[in-house]
Amino acid sequence: MSSVRATIVSQFEAVADEQQRRLAPLTDDLKLLQSGLDSLSFAIVVARLEDELGHDPFNAEEAVEFPVTFGDFVRLYEHSAG
Amino acid sequence: MWLWGAMCAAGQLPAGVFHSSSAALALADLAGASALGGRLEDFRGRAVLIAAKDQLTAALALIELDGVAQRIVLCPPDLAPAHFPGVIQTSGAVAWVRDVAVPEENGAGLELSVTAHPALTAEPLRRHCTHETEWILLTSGTTGAPKLVAHTLATLTSTIVYQQARQQPATRLPVWSTFYDIRRYGGLQIFLRAAFRGGSLVLSDPKEPITEFLGRAAAAGITHISGTPSHWRRSLMSGAAATIAPAYVRLSGEIADQAILDNLEAAYPNSGVAHAFASTEAGVAFEVGDGLAGFPEVLVGAPGPVELKVEDGTLRIRSAGNATRYLGEGAAPLRGADGFVDTGDRVELRDGRYHFIGRAGGVINVGGLKVHPEEVEAVINAIPWVRMSLVKARRNPITGAVVTAEVVLADNKDVPGERPEGAALTREIIEACRRGLPAHKVPAMVRIVPSLEVSAAGKLVRPGA
Repeated sequence: MSSVRATIVSQFEAVADEQQRRLAPLTDDLKLLQSGLDSLSFAIVVARLEDELGHDPFNAEEAVEFPVTFGDFVRLYEHSAG
Repeated sequence: MWLWGAMCAAGQLPAGVFHSSSAALALADLAGASALGGRLEDFRGRAVLIAAKDQLTAALALIELDGVAQRIVLCPPDLAPAHFPGVIQTSGAVAWVRDVAVPEENGAGLELSVTAHPALTAEPLRRHCTHETEWILLTSGTTGAPKLVAHTLATLTSTIVYQQARQQPATRLPVWSTFYDIRRYGGLQIFLRAAFRGGSLVLSDPKEPITEFLGRAAAAGITHISGTPSHWRRSLMSGAAATIAPAYVRLSGEIADQAILDNLEAAYPNSGVAHAFASTEAGVAFEVGDGLAGFPEVLVGAPGPVELKVEDGTLRIRSAGNATRYLGEGAAPLRGADGFVDTGDRVELRDGRYHFIGRAGGVINVGGLKVHPEEVEAVINAIPWVRMSLVKARRNPITGAVVTAEVVLADNKDVPGERPEGAALTREIIEACRRGLPAHKVPAMVRIVPSLEVSAAGKLVRPGA
C-alpha cells in the first residue's frame, strides 16, 4: 500500500471512530457516500490530511473533479502529491 | 396579501403538488381539508409555534396559518428542547402545532396544542385573511440561544414579487426543490417561490440518502433546485448528480467558490447556474448567473429595489426584503441609522468583482450553519484543566469551513483531578464539545498552545476582527 493510501485509510478509520460511524470496507470501488461518513466527517478527514500530507488537492489552481469512489479520492491525493 | 390568497390568484385553486419522502399532497385539496385537526379557527389572532420534524407538516401549517395567526414562529427541526422556553417567552406564543416526533413537554405552558400530520381531514372551511401574520425565523446567536427575527409575508416575498412582475408568466408551472430545510431562510425562499404561484415542491429529508432524494426529484420532474455549495459538493460526490436535469440550479447560504461553479456548469451543461446571496436578517440581495465567483462591483451603489453598500469591509443591504426587527426586550436594532442591515459578511474588491472572504466577528459558516466561536469556547473553558481557548474557522473544500480550537492548559497545581496526557487530552476536549454541542460546532481539530494573544483591553485577539 502506498504511504498516501495508508495515511488516508487511517484518517478514515480515526474519524469514523470519533464520529461513531460504521465504516464500510475501504475498497477502490466503494462509493464515498456509502462509506458511512457524512459531509462533516469528510470535511474533517480533508482538513487533517492537509496537515499530514501537506497539501489539499481540492484547493489546486485548476478545478478538480469531485471524487465519487474511495479509489478516486486516493488517486486525487496521490496525483497532487506529484 | 396572504399566502393562500396568493396561491389562489386569478380565482383558481393551486395546481401544484408538494412531495415529501413519504407523502404527496395536491395543494388544491387544502380548499376543503386541513392538517390542523379541525382547530384552524382556534389559532386565529394568536401567536403560534410551528414545531414539526416533518417538513411537509410544517409547510401545510405555514400555508394554513398565514393570514390567520397573529404570529407564526418557524422552529427548525433541530431546535434543542432547552431552547423552547426562551423561544416561547420571547415570541409570546400561546399555541403550537407539533407532530408526533416532537416531545409534548417542549410546549409546556402553551394553551393550545394541535398534533398535525400531512394526511388532511376534510372539513367545511372558509379560508379568509384577518391578520397580517408576522413570520418569526430563528437564527443562531452568540450564546447558543437562538435570536428571533421578524418578517412578514411581504418582506419574505419582496424579491419574488418583484421578479414575477417583470417576467413572462411561465407556460408550465415550475417544480422546485431544495436540499435546505424550509424553516431556514434559504429553504423558506424556495417554499415561497413554489407556493406563491401554486407550483410544486419536492422537500428533502435529512434521513434520506442523497441518491434517493435526487431520484424523487427527477421523478417529480423538477425544473428548479437550490442548495448550499456543501449540498452540491455532496451531490457531485454521490455520482448521482446527473439523475436530475433541472433548468435552473441555485447556490446560496455559503461562499460559492469557482471550483463548485465550474463543477456544476460541467454537470448541468443545459442549466442556468446562479449563486445568490441572502441572509435571515437582510433578505435576498442578489443573484449572479455569469458563472464567476463573487459579484460585479457595479451592483454596489446601484439604484434599485435592493441597495448594497460596503462599509468597514462588510456588505450592507437596504431593501423591502429586510427583516422588520429582532423580537425580545433589549434586542439590538436590526439596522443602522441609515436603514441598512449589516450582513456581517466581509467582502474584498478584486478586478472589478467583490469576493466574500468570511464573516466579521469570527462567525464560522459550516455547511451553511452558523457557529459563534464564543459558544464553543464556553464549553471548552468549562473543562477544569483548561485555562482559555480560541475557536477559529479553517477553510474547507467540503463544508466551506470547519471549526478548530487552540487551547491553553491550566497550571497543573491549580487543577483538581486527573488531566489526561497526549492524544487523550485533545480527544477529551473534543468529547466534551460533542456532549454539549451539535456536531457542526465541535472542533475538527484541537491544538494545545502555550499561550494566546490578549489585547491591551484584555480581550482575546481574534483573526480578522
